[in-house]
Amino acid sequence: MNAVLDAGSTISERLGATGTANALELKGVSKYFGALAALSDVDITVRPSERRAVLGSNGAGKTTLFNCVAGDFPSTTGTIRFFGEDITQFPPHERIRRGLRRTYQISLLFTGLTVLDNIFLACVGVSRSRFSFLQPGRDDALMASAENLVRVVHLEDARDEQVATLSYGQQRQLEIAMALAGAPRFILFDEPAAGLSPTERSELIEILVGLPTHMGFIIIEHDMDVALRVAESVTMMHNGRIFKEGSPAEIEDDPEVQALYLGGDDG
Amino acid sequence: MSVFDPVEASHAAPSDGRSWLERIPVAYWVVGLALLIMPAIAGDFMLFQIFGWTFILGLIALGLMFLGGYGGMVSLAQMSIAGVGGYMVAIFGVSAIDTISLGWPWYVAIPIALVIAMLFGTLTGWLAVRTEGIYTIMITLAIAAAFFYFARQNYVMFNGFSGFNGVLPPMLFGVDWRDPAAFYYLTLFWAALGYLVVLYISRAPFGLALQGVRDNPRRMSALGYNVTAHRVAAYTFAALLAAIGGILLTWQSAQISPGTAGIGPAIDILVIAVIGGMRHPVGPFIGAFIYVILKTYAIDALVTLGLAGERFQLLIGVAFLAIVFWSPDGIIGLWDRLREDRKRDPLTGRGGEGP
Repeated sequence: MNAVLDAGSTISERLGATGTANALELKGVSKYFGALAALSDVDITVRPSERRAVLGSNGAGKTTLFNCVAGDFPSTTGTIRFFGEDITQFPPHERIRRGLRRTYQISLLFTGLTVLDNIFLACVGVSRSRFSFLQPGRDDALMASAENLVRVVHLEDARDEQVATLSYGQQRQLEIAMALAGAPRFILFDEPAAGLSPTERSELIEILVGLPTHMGFIIIEHDMDVALRVAESVTMMHNGRIFKEGSPAEIEDDPEVQALYLGGDDG
Repeated sequence: MSVFDPVEASHAAPSDGRSWLERIPVAYWVVGLALLIMPAIAGDFMLFQIFGWTFILGLIALGLMFLGGYGGMVSLAQMSIAGVGGYMVAIFGVSAIDTISLGWPWYVAIPIALVIAMLFGTLTGWLAVRTEGIYTIMITLAIAAAFFYFARQNYVMFNGFSGFNGVLPPMLFGVDWRDPAAFYYLTLFWAALGYLVVLYISRAPFGLALQGVRDNPRRMSALGYNVTAHRVAAYTFAALLAAIGGILLTWQSAQISPGTAGIGPAIDILVIAVIGGMRHPVGPFIGAFIYVILKTYAIDALVTLGLAGERFQLLIGVAFLAIVFWSPDGIIGLWDRLREDRKRDPLTGRGGEGP
């Protein structure tokens, strides 16, 4: 009897490793900065291809959550599984090579390089050419995919501009292009719409909605309009904890959420 | 987007149908030609002592420029790595100390020397990349000091204080490579090759990523790069440049002793890279030329002025101080600023480009 159960569990584990597992599975993840709990005991499960919005006020722990998942700094406790694999102890580059991507709220771009070079670096990072001493040739595959990403985020006109000369909105678009390099399986978008004009905002929504349907993501977003248009499920965070989870409609109608988050906004 | 989009046009510029030969800037032709015909103009001392030494020190400092300029890491161990290269050629190859030297042929001894020097450089890097800024300088200085004292006190392998003499280049193609003109071309070849390779790599994935690591290691990590491995690999490459320089340096003086890789020479390499400029691979060679000229002629200059010749170190020090004072980014920085000033509008004081 036990043998049968064991056999069953190994099969499910194998299936897990081959892609039917959840894209992201956090169990009891906490992050302490000294005595301050930026995240406490967070459990989140996101299916592959699921699009989840994370809402919450400043200091709710949203970016800390991303930093723990992407490995920018390690979580204090808990386990993080990515498509079934335990990545809790992995350095960031190992997580990225497995198909996880993230964008940054404060642009961490290479301002001295051109738009194309920034995206090219992102494409090289997840390829085997990282240590290549040879310059990309005319028909370089990585350069071609970089040029393709320039088009995906509508930056054709700024392709050869130095990033330092780009507008804020263009830099946000470049952030997204860099997260799409290689073969992403799951993306963490950290407030991609912050500081954008209404026009840029609708362009951003267009890009996010236009992503391949198998590509799941979590998006941190203050703007409910953006969050609810691109996400099919919503997680509310408050003081480093998961406060509510549900569909956009459920969250919008929840009286507790309204009191906490939407209360002050009569519009 | 129209067909005649200006961005597309500017993109087409680098591949405008000219062959690679036609795209080489004029300055390269002029300098290259001048260097090639130099033996017809300059005397033996100039070729062997001034230019030969400049190319060698420039090559060793080029490794530091690669680490510092592209990688943001300042290492003081470059001269020690060069010393390892020189010592290994003496130990595995032929020298006058035949009780220690194994006397293996050059085509065995040189590859072994290069590999050991690169291993030493990699190990140095592996230790040093754990630190940043001033601590990298301290840890590499400690390694340089340790190597110096080890070589001076070890008689079994390094022959202690006196080191090895009679270390000569092989008589390849029937040429005596220590003949001034031949040695000039030998060092010119390796210096030019090193320069071009560094320039090329700066635009290849490895070099681009290294510059990315310098500017934003956290972001590089989030793009899938192993930042530590990238930094260590940069040390390995810099060690190759230093090792070639070290072997040439050993051949030039036909000897290697602990003093070659002492604390003084280790700091000299940093001085050379800094006064030349760390932003472009031409910097180390300019720095090396100034250093060699000062080191060679400072005594004569002082004596001519009626001062004591033994104060020559003072003159060298003052000259370096002056350069760093007026141009913190070295001679290249000075050159860049002069060029910008010429473009500047004399009335508005604004540059030729931008608003």
